[in-house]
Amino acid sequence: MSFPWAKEYKPSNPFMRYMDEKLPLPRFVYNAIGAGYPVPRNLNYFWNFGVLAGVALVCQLVTGIILAMHFAAESGVAFSSVEHIMRDVNAGWFLRYAHANGASMFFIVVYIHIFRGLFYGSYKPPREMVWHLGLVIFLLMMATAFMGYVLPWGQMSFWGAKVITGLFGAIPLVGTPIQTWLLGGFAPDNAALNRFFSLHYLLPFVILGVIVLHIWALHIPGSSNPTGVEVKDEQDTVPFHPYYTAKDGVGVAAFFLVFATLLFFAPNFLGEPDNYIPANPLATPANIVPEWYFWPFYAILRAFTVDFWFIPAKLLGVLAMFASILLLFFLPWLDTSAVRSGHYRPLFRKFFWYGLGPCIVILGYCGGSHATDGVVLVSQIAAAYYFAHFLIILPIVARIETPKPLPTSITEAVLAKSGASLQPAE
Amino acid sequence: MASLTEDSATADVDQGGVRRRDFINVAAASFAGVGAVSVALPLINQMNPSADVLAEASTEVDLSAIQPGQSIKTMFRKQPLFVRHLTPAEIASAEAVSLSDLRDPQSLEERTKPGKTQWLVTMGVCTHLGCVPLGASSGEVKGEFGGYFCPCHGSSYDTAARIRKGPAPKNLEVPPYEFTSDTVIKVG
Repeated sequence: MSFPWAKEYKPSNPFMRYMDEKLPLPRFVYNAIGAGYPVPRNLNYFWNFGVLAGVALVCQLVTGIILAMHFAAESGVAFSSVEHIMRDVNAGWFLRYAHANGASMFFIVVYIHIFRGLFYGSYKPPREMVWHLGLVIFLLMMATAFMGYVLPWGQMSFWGAKVITGLFGAIPLVGTPIQTWLLGGFAPDNAALNRFFSLHYLLPFVILGVIVLHIWALHIPGSSNPTGVEVKDEQDTVPFHPYYTAKDGVGVAAFFLVFATLLFFAPNFLGEPDNYIPANPLATPANIVPEWYFWPFYAILRAFTVDFWFIPAKLLGVLAMFASILLLFFLPWLDTSAVRSGHYRPLFRKFFWYGLGPCIVILGYCGGSHATDGVVLVSQIAAAYYFAHFLIILPIVARIETPKPLPTSITEAVLAKSGASLQPAE
Repeated sequence: MASLTEDSATADVDQGGVRRRDFINVAAASFAGVGAVSVALPLINQMNPSADVLAEASTEVDLSAIQPGQSIKTMFRKQPLFVRHLTPAEIASAEAVSLSDLRDPQSLEERTKPGKTQWLVTMGVCTHLGCVPLGASSGEVKGEFGGYFCPCHGSSYDTAARIRKGPAPKNLEVPPYEFTSDTVIKVG
């Protein structure tokens, strides 16, 4: 694992030497996030977002475990127990707002992390497994976030549960039995609430496990970098500690600054006011939308309005929504360009910034709006571009594009940037 | 890059052995420490009784129906509360005891309100390990001192609910209470 010049863990303290023999946990940490892990010296701040996602997960775990001490997963009292948390529990408002906005922060950070990977080609060999595990984490996160949103048992919770489980109802023949099985009834009620609570508590720990695999898989080839050029020798790397622990520290401080601003000054900015109305199985909210982080996928779901051959529109929408994520699993083989970084790919770069970027923003905007004819039409165009981008444009660009010349090494790229000539660092 | 760091480090060491980077390290760690503590406080405080629990922390008891020699069990802060209407004989037997014979010396006057010596209000929680002593309901054993008897480890309390025998260290606790009228008390 790692590079031959990685520093070896050599504890001088006799107790730490004893520990190293019996349980080499300090060695493991040293090799993972200490001086024993050589990292490319040219990482920019976009490389902070993996660590930030980890920080966000820990925040969710801590606040979530505490909220579970005060929450009652019973459909008759769940809503009141959340109000009890907000009004009666000491600092309960802080914990619940931290958990709700923490979910948004987690998604913001993870989306930037994913787009970092898309732009810099981090999904390409030898890091496909890292990318795949990351997508698994993303899917688990979506499931966890959805089930967590159901727990307060407000109007959006209830109708969200109904609509999302309704997606499975689109499956031919077995759809309705599957939906009934998922809910433990014909509509969301106590059975659904209890199983969602159980799984909402379980899945974050599964995510934690997959994160361990994600990092394990990453540390075999080592981190990628903004040039996309592989590490060639010791000159190209610095030890993770203190260089990137310090740099990540800056990122963590900035993360908490944004998080605190959201939490203390606009805690309901990203939420839906309708979720402060207790669940009512007899009345659907006028505009039912998911949380912002699901908007692009929701827009794709709603973009299918006509049946195609024998496939009903409802099923097409569901298939497209799932396909929009599953498609990313094939990305390492769709984009066959040998050059990783978008910096050296003029054509790829244009499609990334002027195609994919606006497309996702437009889908997000449409997903959060009323489904009027105009909005649906725009969603259809954007959804079509989304699939075309990955399935048609990327493979063609990879074939016809002439990449800019790559630097021969990371060190050369760094020195060229700072205007120095290529000299040995000593 | 490495040589650059060493150069600046050596330059700083000349200024009395303290590097400027040391200051940054201490400042950053202190800042993070203060942040961690200020987040930890609410995380710990959330386990304290919540506002709704505290709001239920006082209880009113109507004494008018309790005849001399009877007692009732009620609840105060989710724990049993004994209210006992002492007979003149029980009062006399409590007052007959010399304070020096007691493990936790207290007179009946100190344990009741002035002019209301017949009303003995105590927690129904044994001071040994928290069981509910017997003797408040009719037909229950009152122990050899005629007050309360704890079945868990055999502590006996007298008619002023003072510990007389057994492992309990203290008399049954008298909660804070006051008479809001002649026949109503407010506990807590």
